[in-house]
Amino acid sequence: MSLTLFNVILAVVIAISFVGLNAAYLVWAERKGAGLFQRRPGPMENGLWGLLQPPIDGVKLMTKQLLIPGGVDKAVFITAPVLAMFPALVSFVTIPFSDNIIAHPIDVGVLLIFAFAALGSMSLLVAGWSSRNKYSMISSIRAVSQAVAYEIPLMITTITVVMISGSLNLTDIAARQLDGIWAWHIWPFQDDVGFNLLMPISFLVLFVCSVAETNRAPFDLGEAESELVAGFHTEYSSMGFGLFFMGEYANIVIGASLTTVLFLGGWSCPFGDLGFFPLTHNVGWFLLKIYLIIFVFIWIRWTFPRTTIYGLLNLSWKYLIPISLFNLLLTAALLKVF
Amino acid sequence: MNPAATVNAAPGLLTADGLLGLIFLVMIALTLTGGFIAATADRLVRALAGVVVCFTGVAGFYYFLNSPFMAMMQILIYVGAICVTISFAIMLAAPEQKKKSGPVNILSGPLGFLVAALIFGAMAGLALRTEWLPFDKIAGGSVRDIGIHLLTSYSMVFELISLVLLIAIIGAIVIARGGRSQS
Repeated sequence: MSLTLFNVILAVVIAISFVGLNAAYLVWAERKGAGLFQRRPGPMENGLWGLLQPPIDGVKLMTKQLLIPGGVDKAVFITAPVLAMFPALVSFVTIPFSDNIIAHPIDVGVLLIFAFAALGSMSLLVAGWSSRNKYSMISSIRAVSQAVAYEIPLMITTITVVMISGSLNLTDIAARQLDGIWAWHIWPFQDDVGFNLLMPISFLVLFVCSVAETNRAPFDLGEAESELVAGFHTEYSSMGFGLFFMGEYANIVIGASLTTVLFLGGWSCPFGDLGFFPLTHNVGWFLLKIYLIIFVFIWIRWTFPRTTIYGLLNLSWKYLIPISLFNLLLTAALLKVF
Repeated sequence: MNPAATVNAAPGLLTADGLLGLIFLVMIALTLTGGFIAATADRLVRALAGVVVCFTGVAGFYYFLNSPFMAMMQILIYVGAICVTISFAIMLAAPEQKKKSGPVNILSGPLGFLVAALIFGAMAGLALRTEWLPFDKIAGGSVRDIGIHLLTSYSMVFELISLVLLIAIIGAIVIARGGRSQS
């Protein structure tokens, strides 16, 4: 494929519309899921099964007035939601949807995702500060301290997988797991490390961290939308709020993709490549896996009550970080032995 | 995407290389505006936002210099870690910043310009006198090579950096403990 301007623009448009559509319809899935777990139908008035609800919500958000409270730092206040959306979009560049559906297989793909996730936590701080509202600011400090705490076990766990696969390139990591379900990194027996009992546990650590990193229940201390003020985006209305929302759902897709690539074999078919259509390695398996993970996210959100801020920080600093550090050492030792 | 091929013929604006050049210009603009905001802002948090923008632009430069690892590290460490830490410090220490500080010394303006001019002169002289290496990757430039070199030929530097961090942590503990009443 030659790199023409048309191709570049087409790829960017596809990426942005994928993110936007995902955000819109994940909200729908979230509400339907909430209905499912609470034994009620969820949205059903607009269109079949309420499928027209997201575009209508989108139009509503876009046509609302963009309120800017008096006395805020205007430039910074307007920049914050853009800063929340932009890193999520950039991270999609390096996610391998299949062996040939990837925008740019950059050598440091894992690093890119973490780097831009850090940029996202910057946007929370900026939003909270520029709102000139102490509740916003307290909540943004909470959200960032949570993000910083869970970034550490997330990175350490990722490093163990990177050590096993010997590459920071997400395509390479996924390509090692193509021999059917037993080759996935989630299992304790890997070719290079022999028998590492902690592999499934580090998958759990990664999963918990990605739930916490995306600020979702039971770790949604930053916003707690159902009973507290909305947190760092209290003062945002219209598309300012919409961009935060879209960024959040884009981050969920990125977290699920990262989990899929690192532990669940990426785009590989669980039965190995059998040669006829649905049972080959293709993008369908990747999408199936990430939406399954997102379903589990929704399931957890509407099942578990919210933790306290101390419980949240203790879980990361006292349990997840020691476990992931121990796993790092064990993996390094096993890599030397085998 | 081969940079050497595009040096001779200036690419049209409506090609992929033209877009690449445009992004390069955007990176220059980001770095300069960010630096300007950081230097002139009258609120601390605005200055910090300028620094973030400036660092992002510099990360773009690293990417254009065929060093994506450095670019990602620039964002991960400088924007993600250092700027977040600074903003924590600002928010916890001084939430309400006065817009302007009091009357300044009459000499501080000219002296500031003098120092800036000296630094500029030194940097410019350095840039002009240095023998620049040709524009290609050194030792492959891959992450694997960087890692091997960091742990073999440059392991001393690598260890010294961790020593600096250790001292910083000890210093932070000393300062934090000093504030508490000793019981």
